[in-house]
Amino acid sequence: MSKTIEEINEKIKKGEVLVLNAEEIIDYVAEKGVKKTAKEVDVVTTATFSPMCSSGAFLNFGHADPPIKMTKVWLNDVPAYTGLAAVDAFIGAAEPSETEGLNYGGAHVIEDLISGKPVKLRAIAYGTDCYPRREIETYITKDTINQAYMFNPRNSSQNYNVATNSSSKTIYTYMGKLLPNFGNATYATAGQLSPLINDPYYRTIGIGTRIFLAGSDGYVSWYGTQHNPGKERLSNNIPLSSGGTLAVIGNLKDMSSKYLRACTFRGYGVSIFIGIGIPIPVLDEEMVEFLKIKNSEIYTEIIDYSVQRRNKPSYGKVNYEQLRSGKIKINGKTVQTGSISSYFIALEISNLLKNKIKTGNFYLTNFIAPIPLDEKYSDLSILSKEEL
Amino acid sequence: MIKRKLVLSFPENIVTKPITYKLVKEFNLGFNILRAEITPNMEGKMLIELKGDKTQIEEAIKYLTDTGVTVQEAAKDIIIDKNLCIDCGVCTSICITQALTLDSKTHKLKFDKEKCILCELCLDSCPLSAIKVNI
Repeated sequence: MSKTIEEINEKIKKGEVLVLNAEEIIDYVAEKGVKKTAKEVDVVTTATFSPMCSSGAFLNFGHADPPIKMTKVWLNDVPAYTGLAAVDAFIGAAEPSETEGLNYGGAHVIEDLISGKPVKLRAIAYGTDCYPRREIETYITKDTINQAYMFNPRNSSQNYNVATNSSSKTIYTYMGKLLPNFGNATYATAGQLSPLINDPYYRTIGIGTRIFLAGSDGYVSWYGTQHNPGKERLSNNIPLSSGGTLAVIGNLKDMSSKYLRACTFRGYGVSIFIGIGIPIPVLDEEMVEFLKIKNSEIYTEIIDYSVQRRNKPSYGKVNYEQLRSGKIKINGKTVQTGSISSYFIALEISNLLKNKIKTGNFYLTNFIAPIPLDEKYSDLSILSKEEL
Repeated sequence: MIKRKLVLSFPENIVTKPITYKLVKEFNLGFNILRAEITPNMEGKMLIELKGDKTQIEEAIKYLTDTGVTVQEAAKDIIIDKNLCIDCGVCTSICITQALTLDSKTHKLKFDKEKCILCELCLDSCPLSAIKVNI
C-alpha cells in the first residue's frame, strides 16, 4: 500500500488530507501501528528554528540615473558583495558592520528589510562610459528595491553535535557561551521535529521541494555546503552529527521577521535564526518507520570546543530526550544543557505548515533531482602546488 | 515579617566594616547572602535577602545609606524582554540556580525571580540580547 504525491495533493484539494506534525506522529504510530498509520496519515510536517550562519540574500537595486556599476556596496554600513553585474549584490548574514562591529550585521540588514524598515544603501564605483556615476547614497525598503531573495548555501543540518568546554576559562563560540570545567553544554537542532532527521535518506526531500522558508513559500535549491551524507550513522539511520544539509531559496519580500531573526553570539559574531518547515509525504510504511523517530532515539556526540583544532575530543553520545531534560552527565559530572534552537517556534512552524496544507494553501511537490547520498566531504589541507 | 532582596554596594573606605553583623545585632534581621564579591578596585558588592520586621528593615536601610552603602532593590534587576526572546533556552544552561528554565510542556522560557542571585552570567549568553539588567 503506497501513495503518490499526486494522490496526496488530490486529497488536499478535496479537503480530505490527514496532516500531523512530527511530534504528533510519534503517539499516532504507537497507538495505531505502522501499517494503519501509513494508510491513514498523508503528510507529516517537520520544522526547525535555529541559527544558520550560511545564509544571505541576493539583491538587485534597480538602476539609478545616471546609472552606476557598483564596485563596493554597504547596507547600513555592512559590506555586501557586488562582484556581479552593475546593481546586483549578495549580503551575507554573518558579515559584521564596519561601524557597530558584531552588534549589527548582514543578518540584521535582512531582518530590517523584511520588517519594512528603511536601509541606507551606499555604493562607490570607478565609473565607465555606460555607468558614469561614481557614488550613490540613498535609502531602500523591501517595497522599493527591485528584487530581493534569500539564497542560503547551508541550512537545516540533519543533526548537530553538543558543545562543552573542558578548559579552565569561559569560551565564546557559535554554540554559545561555554562555561569552564564542563560548566554547561549546548545543542543545536529541533531533534524529533527536525526535517532531515525524519527523512534520513532524502527519499522525499530533494532539489525543487517546496518548503516553508521564514514565512514564505521557498524551495530546496541544491544540497547544502558541507553536505556529508556518508557521516557515521547509528542503526536508526541518523548521522551522529551534521550529515546532510540543504541549500534553500525564497522571496525575501514574502518573509516574516517572526520566522527570521538576526542574532549575535558574543565573542563569535553575527548569525541568523531561520525558520524552515518541510512537509514529508507519508508514501508508505518505510516513511512511517522514519517519521516515528523520537528524541530518546536520536543521538548526537558531545564535543569539547576548548580544543582549538579541527578534530576535537568526544565525550560520548547522548540523546535529545536527555538533552531536553536540562541535564546530562559528562565524565560522571552533571552538566546543565541548553538549546540554541527554539523548539517552541519550530513546533509553531510545524503547526502553521500543517494548517496551510489542511486548508489547501500549500501543495506538496515531487523533487526534480535527488539530494545525493554519495557526496564526499573534503577538509582543507595546506599544500604547496607540488604537493597537490 | 517580610522579605526583601537588596544589592548593597560598599565603597572602598567601608569595605572592612562589619556591616552585616550590625544588621543582625541592631535591627534583629535574618539574612541570607546570595552572592558577594570584591572587585579589583576594592568596591564590594553583596546580594542579600533580608528577613524581618518591616520598619526595622527600613531603619536598617537608612543605617546602610548613612554609612555610605548604596542600596538597590534587587527584585527587578534581571529582565527578560519577551518581545525579543525566542524561547531557545540557551540561557538555561548557564543559570546555576535554575531561575531560568524551559517549561517541558509549553517549551517556553520561565524566569523565577525568587531563585535569581543576579550573577549576570546569562546576560551575554543570549543571542537575541533579550536579557537585560535594570540598574
